[in-house]
Amino acid sequence: MTYDLPDARGHFGPYGGQFVAETLMGPLAELISAYETAKDDPDFQAALTRDLHDYVGRPSPLYLAERLTAAAGGARIYLKREDLNHTGAHKINNTLGQGLLAKRMGKTRLIAETGAGQHGVATATVAARLGMRCAVYMGAEDMRRQAPNVRRMRLLGADVVGVTLGSQTLKDAMNEALRDWATTVDDTFYVIGSVSGPHPYPAMVRDFQAIIGREARAQILEREGRLPDAAVACVGGGSNAMGLFYAFLEDQAVDLYGVEAAGEGLATGRHAAPLTAGARPGVLHGTRSYLMYDAHGQILETHSISAGLDYPGVGPEHAWLKDSGRARYVAVGDQQALAAFRALTHLEGILPALESSHALAYAQILARELGREKVIVVSLSGRGDKDVETVAAYEEHH
Amino acid sequence: MSRLQNVFAQLQGKRAALVTFVTGGDPEPALTVPLLHALVEAGADVLEVGIPFSDPMADGPVIQMSHQRALAHGTTMGDVLAMVASFRQQDTRTPVVLMGYVNPVEAMGYAVFARACADAGVDGVILVDLPPEEATEWLAAARRAGVDRVFLLAPTSPPERITRVGEASSGFVYYVALKGVTGAAHLDIADVAKKLAVVRSHLRLPVGVGFGVQDAASARALGEVADAVIVGSALIRRLVAPEGKDAIAGARSFVAGLRAALPPRQ
Ligand SMILES: Cc1ncc(COP(=O)(O)O)c(C=O)c1O
Repeated sequence: MTYDLPDARGHFGPYGGQFVAETLMGPLAELISAYETAKDDPDFQAALTRDLHDYVGRPSPLYLAERLTAAAGGARIYLKREDLNHTGAHKINNTLGQGLLAKRMGKTRLIAETGAGQHGVATATVAARLGMRCAVYMGAEDMRRQAPNVRRMRLLGADVVGVTLGSQTLKDAMNEALRDWATTVDDTFYVIGSVSGPHPYPAMVRDFQAIIGREARAQILEREGRLPDAAVACVGGGSNAMGLFYAFLEDQAVDLYGVEAAGEGLATGRHAAPLTAGARPGVLHGTRSYLMYDAHGQILETHSISAGLDYPGVGPEHAWLKDSGRARYVAVGDQQALAAFRALTHLEGILPALESSHALAYAQILARELGREKVIVVSLSGRGDKDVETVAAYEEHH
Repeated sequence: MSRLQNVFAQLQGKRAALVTFVTGGDPEPALTVPLLHALVEAGADVLEVGIPFSDPMADGPVIQMSHQRALAHGTTMGDVLAMVASFRQQDTRTPVVLMGYVNPVEAMGYAVFARACADAGVDGVILVDLPPEEATEWLAAARRAGVDRVFLLAPTSPPERITRVGEASSGFVYYVALKGVTGAAHLDIADVAKKLAVVRSHLRLPVGVGFGVQDAASARALGEVADAVIVGSALIRRLVAPEGKDAIAGARSFVAGLRAALPPRQ
């Protein structure tokens, strides 16, 4: 059976859809038709491929982390090096695609929400490259803990707008970006940074990120002569994970693991793990998916040491993959992620993003479980330069 | 005839209806019921009551703060329904429409919510982030409970959507007068009039117009073209300022001014 979700209205089984105010329904319909046309247009695809190669630096390497493998004492761990992309994370695969689409639609301004700042930097970068205006919404708490990225965005010419309402993190930044878009739809394109939001974003962002898995699949076949036993990626909204998983969905022998943020522990309630911690489906930011909310339907505040995973929801396709059993979801806490951060830094000379460190932490556990004959591919979704201060501050306090 | 149909039938050919929005539990839970009665006394024909939500994405700063205040007081969906039930003990005539976001309804369950609305005396419900395309379950539940389904239309709604939204709606449709969030300032009456003509050519229900009603002047201008004039942010601003003044008295005089401004029709 071939996998062909979402359906025409953006549903992955009971998940996904378009839960937005009426003002955005017309613009979303326009976006769907523009994206469908662009997808089948060889000129658009050629321009995207050229930029991914010359500007982003793709293909990103698949690196066998020998010392990390030896330390874990089990399966061979390969890292898909999205940290080596221009701007330092997988986010640019998507912002480049959406930026080119925006240009084609005649838009002159890009807006984005950002948590870790990586998606904001990647959007600001593409805006500069395409000669478009750019505004990035970011929670005030995230601006503090990801200050280097705020400075980068401003240098790139973006207007970084601090959001002081609510929990002052990614969720609140997305509320504010949606408000901006409802006001400016005529000239503005909303570049959503993960496989979340209303249709067509979850499918479109997945398609732009799917290059991660397509490359990784070809690279591992060349290196090992076979498919991996497992693919592992961290899940905030879930774009680097969907990007890695998509090429392997029909390879049933490849186990897929999404790693959520357990924060201070699932039992404490201070986490960001809707798929793992028994959350129910709900509706936020245009989509139905697993969501963290209280008995009255109010969205809960989340916690993770990594700003990019600090979000109460998750992309609807992950909800579907969880229910269908095709992917498994686990959670890794702040401390485990920091230990993995240190391990990769010391053993391989690679500073991983704190988000990616969650995937690395689980990959080490899985490597031990699987044993020596097995092969794991991990999405190293970004580099950790932005996290240096957070790590130092954490070590001071613990 | 439903309460909503009744109001629009009685005002037909006379003047636009005045619809006021306040959030349940704001500025304080104990004030909501007396406030609703005061709004009716000052001339409101239909009451919209907001269900507070943690992430009111389609609202501007004034209504966002209103949701936050209500939540800080611990106001829940159950509390809002109880406020309406309490209001109904003295006022059996004025229609009450709940307005909110869909997740609290998802949490409660569509059928349970629809029945609770009917029991409390709620006449209609607006769920801002639930377009008709996603509303199959809600439409069935609300129809069964006899609760009106009020959907939104916007300047960005293409003609085929206007028809679809009209088919899904009952009571009235809510035309969002401008691109943006609640409380925005730049209302272009001539443009609204032009769009309303298009909307009316695709549906038969009364059309209420909201987002951007600031004062008596904008209410008067909209009252020339709309079946109902909806005011939210400007009213809520009167509830919280000036500091120390009686919130209900401020709201009462503001709404009386709007009502007096609505032009008669012949
Ligand atoms: C390096 C990195 N990895 C992962 C994420 C999480 O996003 P997603 O789950 O969409 O890949 C972020 C988000 O900011 C990020 O910067």
